[in-house]
Amino acid sequence: MKDRNHLSNVRLSHQVNIIDKGIVDIPMLQILQPDGTVHKEAEVPALDKEQVLKIYQTMRFVRVLDERMVAAQRQGRISFYLASTGEEAASTASAAALEPQDMIMSQYREQGALAYRGYSTEAFMNQMFSNEKEPNKGRQMPIHYGAKELNFMTISSPLGTQIPQASGYAYGQKMAGEPAVTICYFGEGAASEGDFHAGLNMAAVLNCPAIFFCRNNGYAISTPAEEQFAGDGIASRGLGYGIKTIRVDGNDAFAVYAATKQAREIALAESCPVLIEAMSYRLAAHSTSDDPTGYRSKDEEARWQAKDPIQRLGNWLKARGWLDEEQEAKDVESMRQEVLQELKRVEKVPICRVDEIIEDVYDEAPWHLKEQLAELKEHIAKYPDAYPKTSGRL
Amino acid sequence: MAKMNLLQAINNALIIAMTENEKVMVFGEDVGHFGGVFRATSNLQEKFGRARCFNTPLTEQGIIGFANGLASQGSVPVAEIQFGDYIFPAFDQIVNETAKWRYRSGGQFSCGTLTIRTPYGGGIAGGHYHSQSPEAYFAHTPGLKIVIPRNPYQAKGLLLASIRDDNPVLFLEPKRLYRASVGEVPEEDYELPIGKGEVTKEGADISLLAWGAQMEIMDKAAELAEKEGISCEIIDLRSILPWDVETVCASVAKTGRLLISHEAPLTGGFASEIAATVQERCFLNLESPITRVCGLDTPYPLAHEKEYMPDHLKVFEAIKRTVHY
Repeated sequence: MKDRNHLSNVRLSHQVNIIDKGIVDIPMLQILQPDGTVHKEAEVPALDKEQVLKIYQTMRFVRVLDERMVAAQRQGRISFYLASTGEEAASTASAAALEPQDMIMSQYREQGALAYRGYSTEAFMNQMFSNEKEPNKGRQMPIHYGAKELNFMTISSPLGTQIPQASGYAYGQKMAGEPAVTICYFGEGAASEGDFHAGLNMAAVLNCPAIFFCRNNGYAISTPAEEQFAGDGIASRGLGYGIKTIRVDGNDAFAVYAATKQAREIALAESCPVLIEAMSYRLAAHSTSDDPTGYRSKDEEARWQAKDPIQRLGNWLKARGWLDEEQEAKDVESMRQEVLQELKRVEKVPICRVDEIIEDVYDEAPWHLKEQLAELKEHIAKYPDAYPKTSGRL
Repeated sequence: MAKMNLLQAINNALIIAMTENEKVMVFGEDVGHFGGVFRATSNLQEKFGRARCFNTPLTEQGIIGFANGLASQGSVPVAEIQFGDYIFPAFDQIVNETAKWRYRSGGQFSCGTLTIRTPYGGGIAGGHYHSQSPEAYFAHTPGLKIVIPRNPYQAKGLLLASIRDDNPVLFLEPKRLYRASVGEVPEEDYELPIGKGEVTKEGADISLLAWGAQMEIMDKAAELAEKEGISCEIIDLRSILPWDVETVCASVAKTGRLLISHEAPLTGGFASEIAATVQERCFLNLESPITRVCGLDTPYPLAHEKEYMPDHLKVFEAIKRTVHY
């Protein structure tokens, strides 16, 4: 039997000394200044022109997609949308620091990571229009992406549930001897869920190679961060769990990339979790069902627009001579055309046949599901006009 | 064949599963070196190493969340929740995540390899939080399978089938029988089918349906009834979801009467689901109303445990009422 002493790291004190909050001082890594110039003491990560341009173009694409799809929702063409405006660098540059075999588990505002992995415009559209080509078979709301071939776990709405799941996934990767980690994205609001506590503690105790990536964008719908927690953000909690932790400027693609790159190396080499808190701002409304003018000022938004992550990296690229303004305007226009064309094409694709309603509940549909489907089909056949999307293909 | 109690049969099944497949991992609170508070996981850590049989921090939502991730990765997790009463912190992970994983991803990902083991049921002076039977909460959840064995032979065969089944299975173990139920169990590998009930005794006048520890009560009640000339057919449902409607309805078509009994409270209990379905399918065969003998609609009490439980005398009285309706 092992002889344990859980007081071995406890220091003695002889006065009543209640520790005040705020004693932990966690700085924010920033490499690029808001104007796109590099801090004197900072080091730009070793990325070649092609890699930086891929990060930049992905962020650009995501912004174009977001703008177009918010409009599409306003026109009633899709039921729901969630933009990631202002946070493109957090998801895109972190994904750029990963390897293709790494699993991505996300919350829902990480389309940058998915786009970086190569999810096509058509695939984005198929999901949002819930059609028969969509891998989820039209069963989930728009933006609940999932792509097995890209190691991007299907998104679900319940917040924070993916956090302990990421610990388990990473444990499985380690046990299988895979040179891979799991990255888990979540917002600062989701970090208040019990699953955050469970997931981080388990990852630390069970030595799971996971990167926990928190997007602290200041708001959970209408709730400002000051009503979400009283401590020093999310990063301070990582230390309490014994997790290696860093805070970065989430609007600085280089800071996000550098931190994630190193986090991945540590997670893999030492079989341990790393927590990254990326400080950003949700310039978008929470979703198309939300209007932020009811809870925050235009001035506040304007201050953050000046810190735009896309402009910031764009300025750096221009200063290097890697980006031509004229060419950029053309690129953005062709992205807009592509998105619009795919949207028009994909919205005509039919939804799945009704038989799909009982598939994948189990590996094989049990008797009661088969009975329910048979009854449903009989009913649809009787009232075909009431079920126009499926009645023609019974 | 060897004599085993229910715990030994479960331990034996876990050893077989872990030996045949290195992806099988067993974890939960105190399941590691200590072997579990009921000793169901005894010696597994010594045999298979800490990486495959380990303690987790004390967090049920964490255990199941972790298990979901592990299962979706391709491992075969067998997670233990120390008491069924403490499964509720993991309710969100089980109902919203485990059960919907395959459906919501269009079959791209699944938690099919996951098995959740948990002791359930009363009769051990466990009061509110060491006695509950939560099966009906989960029976309302498409995507899960729910299995409950009645003795060591059933436990081993059904647990092996659950671990190998490509759907998440909630495996409820009647803790009152852990040591009390002893029987002959083959030492070799075997499986019993999930989703199939079993007629454990044939009879002509009434069908008695139960599962888990309640099967003993049915046997005792049937003995009393037989002395009064009532011939009872007894069915062990074994799987709550999906359940074996064919076996139950064939029995009711023959006997014309049905009594369902479970420890869990009456209202919203799984007997309601069975009664409604049988009533729809066997309306012309039924000679009396379907009877439910269940726990009271109260939290599980300590001092009044005997009064609360649907014991053999309550079942016996209900058999007579039903037959003489």
